[in-house]
Amino acid sequence: MNVSTGKFFSARDLTKHFDGIRAVDSFSFDVAEGSITGIIGPNGAGKTTVFNVVTGIYRPTSGKVLFRGENITGLRPDRVVRKGIARTFQNIRLFNRRSCLDNVITPLFQRERCSFTGSLLGTPGARRLERALYERAFELLRALGLERFASMQASNLPYGLQRKLEIARALATEPTLLLLDEPAAGMNPEETRSLANLIAEVREKFRVTILLIEHHMDLVMNICSPIVVMNFGTLLARGTPDEVRSNPDVVAAYLGKGKDRR
Amino acid sequence: MDYILSIVILACINMIAVLGLSIFTGFTGLFSLGHAAFVGVGAYTSAILTYYYSVPFPLALAAGAAAAGAVSLVIGIPTLRAKLRSDYFAIAILGFGEALRVILENLEITNGARGLPGIDSFTTLPVVLLCLAAGVLVARNFLRSRWGVACIAIREDPIAAEMAGVRLFQTRLLSLVVSAVYCGLSGGLLAHFLSFIQPVMFTLLQSTQLLAAVIAGGMGSITGPLIASFVFIALPEALRVAQMWRLVAYGLLLVLIMVYRPQGLMGYSELSSLWRRKVPEPGRRQP
Repeated sequence: MNVSTGKFFSARDLTKHFDGIRAVDSFSFDVAEGSITGIIGPNGAGKTTVFNVVTGIYRPTSGKVLFRGENITGLRPDRVVRKGIARTFQNIRLFNRRSCLDNVITPLFQRERCSFTGSLLGTPGARRLERALYERAFELLRALGLERFASMQASNLPYGLQRKLEIARALATEPTLLLLDEPAAGMNPEETRSLANLIAEVREKFRVTILLIEHHMDLVMNICSPIVVMNFGTLLARGTPDEVRSNPDVVAAYLGKGKDRR
Repeated sequence: MDYILSIVILACINMIAVLGLSIFTGFTGLFSLGHAAFVGVGAYTSAILTYYYSVPFPLALAAGAAAAGAVSLVIGIPTLRAKLRSDYFAIAILGFGEALRVILENLEITNGARGLPGIDSFTTLPVVLLCLAAGVLVARNFLRSRWGVACIAIREDPIAAEMAGVRLFQTRLLSLVVSAVYCGLSGGLLAHFLSFIQPVMFTLLQSTQLLAAVIAGGMGSITGPLIASFVFIALPEALRVAQMWRLVAYGLLLVLIMVYRPQGLMGYSELSSLWRRKVPEPGRRQP
């Protein structure tokens, strides 16, 4: 297996076992810079586990994750973030009792070098930095259309907006690769369409590459290319939306095999 | 008058320790049943320095606070690195606190279980108020800083915090050290107020009282625990007339708070927000 380090992102033979359950089983895929790559697959196929392994929340049983020529396998999540990978979560994980602004300022602050004593004493420099970060946080909220809710507690936001706030918080880490885990979950067709626009817009504006897991086929088929299909932790197919749609294995995985098709 | 003054001073000393524990429990979301041990380390360190070595009082206070911070690393590094869940951590630090007490009881320099009598009483009301005011100010600044924001993020969701770039272990450890420094300062003031300290003053019972003040006062609040801590010190004294019933009243108050205000007196809010909140909210923060 020759590993090219020139690629933007690639996972090589990624494997994750949970006590005998092979959630991900030597799964390999690449993400091209600037693309919106989709991962689809039936429930339990191991999609979210791939995200968790890539972002360092789980350590892979074996395999490699390469990002911009570096081996980032098994790095701690905060290290992975610093390398430029950010993510959202399938079951929204916001800092619930904090305001939207504070949610976004948390990652902004972590990127700054601050003097500890200066911060404790509340020096003018520390105050200036705080103000500057609040303004940047506000700009990020504005970019996602959340500026009206800046001082609202995150848990009080409507569901769809919570997902947007999570994207804003992820963007605040200034990623080059953004992982979205079912961003359209629980949204109606209308909201899903506007989310598709938003994702395309975010890619343009923040120059991020996007890798997303999704079950809404219309969203995936519209904005993702290429698409990677997973089943039982392994790669089932990959290709353009049309290729994937007409792939008999994919159809079988989703709809089951007919009797005469074996 | 002297009696009331001494209650106020005692309450303020206790408030400083509660402030520290509030940073650790209320804002970082980790429970501790051992913070009285850090009060003890601060008390003994500063008392020994002024008693045997005639070190100036402010220096001895600082040394006591620093010693408490250093001791907290001993328990913090192994337990927090292992990412013990909050309740397991509380038990681990409980054991650590009791072990520290036993050490204090068996050392020559601490005069063992008999305690250290005749410490100079340097702690006056202005000193205590100054320390408390500085403590509140620094705590507020800390919670607005990069590290404080990270602490609160960890309390809200450790995994999301890590994905926001927060270093989990370092931030939790820092929070523990900061809280231990507050407790150490409180201990130094206590030793030089009572002019007598002994190891039984720093046991699980005291740790529990600190934690009770934080929880009854409200998680994620600075002012709430301060109010609760003041009430918990002042109330048993005010009720001294009722003698045997005062501890019952104390317990009843705790139960009532937990039943009617499970989030504590000021859970996740501050006294100052009571009058600030009257302004209508949305869209106000346009720069």
